[in-house]
Amino acid sequence: MNKLREFFRQVFGEGTSKWIFLLPSLILLLFFALPLTALIYRAIAPDFFANTLSKQAFQALKLSLVTSSITTLITVVLGTPLAYLLARWKFRFKAWLELILDLPIVLPPSVAGLALLIAFGRRGLIGAFLSNIGFSIPFTTTAVIMAQLFVAAPLYIRSARIGFAHVDKQLEESAYVEGANQLQLFYEIMIPIAIRALASGAILTWTRALGEFGATILFAGNLEGVTQTMPIAIYIGFERNLGVAMALSVVLILVSVILLMITKQLDKEEE
Amino acid sequence: MKRLLSLTLLLSIFLTACGAAATPTPAPATEAPTLAPTDLPPTATPKPAPQTLTVFSAASLTDAFTEIGAAFDTANPGVTTTFNFAGSQALRTQIEEGAPADVFASASGKEMETLVTGSFVTKDVPQVFLTNKLVVILPADNPAALEKLEDLANPGIKVVLAAEEVPVGKYARQALDLMDASFGTGFKDKVLANVVSNEDNVKQVVAKVQLGEADAGIVYVSDVVAAPELKSIEIPTDLNVIAKYPIAPLVKSENADLAAKFIEYVLSAEGQAVLARWGFSPVK
Repeated sequence: MNKLREFFRQVFGEGTSKWIFLLPSLILLLFFALPLTALIYRAIAPDFFANTLSKQAFQALKLSLVTSSITTLITVVLGTPLAYLLARWKFRFKAWLELILDLPIVLPPSVAGLALLIAFGRRGLIGAFLSNIGFSIPFTTTAVIMAQLFVAAPLYIRSARIGFAHVDKQLEESAYVEGANQLQLFYEIMIPIAIRALASGAILTWTRALGEFGATILFAGNLEGVTQTMPIAIYIGFERNLGVAMALSVVLILVSVILLMITKQLDKEEE
Repeated sequence: MKRLLSLTLLLSIFLTACGAAATPTPAPATEAPTLAPTDLPPTATPKPAPQTLTVFSAASLTDAFTEIGAAFDTANPGVTTTFNFAGSQALRTQIEEGAPADVFASASGKEMETLVTGSFVTKDVPQVFLTNKLVVILPADNPAALEKLEDLANPGIKVVLAAEEVPVGKYARQALDLMDASFGTGFKDKVLANVVSNEDNVKQVVAKVQLGEADAGIVYVSDVVAAPELKSIEIPTDLNVIAKYPIAPLVKSENADLAAKFIEYVLSAEGQAVLARWGFSPVK
């Protein structure tokens, strides 16, 4: 009891302005915590495991894990060179390039989905050609991965670019003096030093890809086992079986928490 | 001075927070009359208090109800009718989870019955206000060269349906059952194997076919009226499914009078004429 009184004295007492910070923070924190707590509270029912292990939930979970992993892999393979080039090379229009790469981060995913459909749909700019040679992308798992790549890859590129940019220029110069070539410099100096930024960027991309909804439902549609990822199963399940939707949400929250904890740890080691 | 400044800042944050929290709930109708006299001289004829009617409506009604809503607002000065168009099953869930609605117009009796069971709608109050039937739609250039219903089973074509939980998705599967019995067993399975996506509401099915992403879709006859550029294959009456749309006020509505008035308008000759113009079959 005394401890509580002491706390109140410290916060609201004469000559202290702590509450100016504490009160608004508390309101916002409650705003985030309450809905998530309510969801978990309602989801943890006797049928939680039956819901989580239902065929639909399992298929969605599997599809989400597979597609988001592939998305992350493609992002790392193609995004690392791009991030390096952005961080280390000097060329014209670089600022514009960076702006284009940051755009998907702030754009609504529905815009991304529409853009993908207009480009790669059967009547699309590129899609019409692909369709003529026998490839059709919409409504396929490939479409799911493309939607994820579009919205999630920029997070990795951004993080990796900043990581590469922080590598000490002198190290680079002395490596050249020692006779290292571009590739050696990249693999033996840049990557090991920037590895934490790369890893935390990759995890951010993975988390974002796991959560992708808007672009996917527009571009890839909804078919169990083919394009129905977890977020879409949650959306559809909301109308059929709230239990499955809530159970899947809790699973998604758990996976996201774990991934975020790993990034936190990586950031800490960085410092 | 600094303290005072931060205090006012905090206060304003609080006020905006409270204000924002209050906006989504429509102002109860009872409040309006008590407010009106204060800003009007007692002799003036009282202006009608502004009222908002919220109608949750099946996605297939999008065009027809938008028109009916505008006409209803004109006929009732001070009234603003707002719509939430979505699949009836989505609207039903939203109502169950406490969304504030005054009227529910469903594309299937099932969703309405669920709300009656849950005491969101009074028993025996829902009235059927129109019927609708199914049709197969194709993109304008018919890329898969489909000519008759049997062609829906052609291997490799892309068919888009509404999901099973969506009324039109359920009706489409019932119609496929009827066709299965008529065209020979295996027909339904072959068509379902061609399904590339189960969309969330009927308008999404129309959009996917309009864009040419799908070769065929099963929607309501009324949807073709709203999208005349689409080609269609008629489904004969013996293979078709008649959708009956019920409408009802919600028990928790704070605008019960207005809700009743809207439903009356939908069932009136004027309302039914608008529905007929958009391709629905009126009941009156």
